[in-house]
Amino acid sequence: MSVLTNNLPLFLDLFWKTLQLFAVSAVLSLVLGTILAALRVSPVPVFRGIGTGYVTVLRNTPLTLVFVFFVFAYPLLDILKIENYTAAVVALSLYTAAFVCEVVRSGINTVPVGQAEASRALGLTFVQMLGNVVLPQALRSVVPPMTSTMIALLKNTTVASGFAVAQAGNIRDSLSEQGENVLFGLLWVALGFVILVMPLTYVQQVFEKRWSVAR
Amino acid sequence: MTAASAPPMIRVAGVDKFFGPLHVLKNVQLEVPKGQVVVVLGPSGSGKSTLCRTINRLEPIDSGVIEVDGQPLPAEGKELARLRADVGMVFQSFNLFAHKTIVENVMLAPTKVRKTPAAEARKTAMELLERVGIANQAEKYPAQLSGGQQQRAAIARALAMKPKVMLFDEPTSALDPEMVQEVLDVMTGLAKDGMTMLVVTHEMGFARKAADRVIFMSDGEVVEDSTPEEFFSAPKSNRAKDFLGKILTH
Repeated sequence: MSVLTNNLPLFLDLFWKTLQLFAVSAVLSLVLGTILAALRVSPVPVFRGIGTGYVTVLRNTPLTLVFVFFVFAYPLLDILKIENYTAAVVALSLYTAAFVCEVVRSGINTVPVGQAEASRALGLTFVQMLGNVVLPQALRSVVPPMTSTMIALLKNTTVASGFAVAQAGNIRDSLSEQGENVLFGLLWVALGFVILVMPLTYVQQVFEKRWSVAR
Repeated sequence: MTAASAPPMIRVAGVDKFFGPLHVLKNVQLEVPKGQVVVVLGPSGSGKSTLCRTINRLEPIDSGVIEVDGQPLPAEGKELARLRADVGMVFQSFNLFAHKTIVENVMLAPTKVRKTPAAEARKTAMELLERVGIANQAEKYPAQLSGGQQQRAAIARALAMKPKVMLFDEPTSALDPEMVQEVLDVMTGLAKDGMTMLVVTHEMGFARKAADRVIFMSDGEVVEDSTPEEFFSAPKSNRAKDFLGKILTH
């Protein structure tokens, strides 16, 4: 317990940074992933190709490698200088977007094709059809796998430790520098993550309940 | 422009369509003049539903010409969406939007496609629901309605766009027998009001009573194109005689 109480500011500060990194990357990956899913079901073959290509590349690349690219390789291109923190956000968002895309797309596939046909027959454009008819119905089946994807993102933020972006994954380093008991320190970090994930599970339950009623 | 030289509401000329190796539409010719009700009959697999779906390009065709109100069907995109807004369609499986109430179903396309203000769209929607006899179901979700009520809601939804022509793709085939009549009554009312309609159906009673013309299809071809009296009393082709023999004897 003393490991935690002696270093409470450190724990709070770094977990707060984890939360920020997660929140920004979650929003960006949800937006980008939904756009990618729209591309993958678009009637235009070029758009489908772009979506498929993106998912193939980003989903099949280890997250650490994506980080390495944005922290070390991307600066060599000399386009726009980015901080390590920004690089971490970009890496996490781009990587997670590939998974979000596939979750959203599987949700889209659960919506009967007649719903899309009725929308088209009424004169709705592709974007109107997705936004007003298909995605709202897809959301229902998307909640559980999307929660898993977001939990994975939350935990993946610790990869940033290797790239000088401070967050909860760095707590152990600081503790061992101060000669604290690392074993107990790590257990507290693990508990911290369990606590952070719990609200996500709660949000999942709330959405599942709310959307099951209107069916 | 005189009535005679006005373009037909629907013109289908030399249309062929394949599903893989299957030749589902064979050189189909069809014209539906403004204000006419044309019923398409034929055995299962004769291509009548496919024909209906090609007219608003839910199924693209492989060759030939389809024109709606004198305008050839554009390729997929904004222009096609505009044309579809003028062509109402009613499906066998209703396809009401499951996550929206009945009145929201009817309001959606007018507000999104025609940019009608919500209050006005709701007023029109309620009038249409009144007309098809389900105004009291307006705030319910589709799954809470009977099949016949759902199909009438779907007709109201299509009418909300003030279409120039209505396509019906087997509108009563998924209904319990006791609900068929309420849907046919709505359709007969529309026909009387002068709506141009193309109706794919197995309802011979409706064909006799409401149709100006009957098209008989078999194996992807238009075999007969005549008046209902002619078709039912004196069919010309053997295939039509065979078809009528099968459905009218019991």
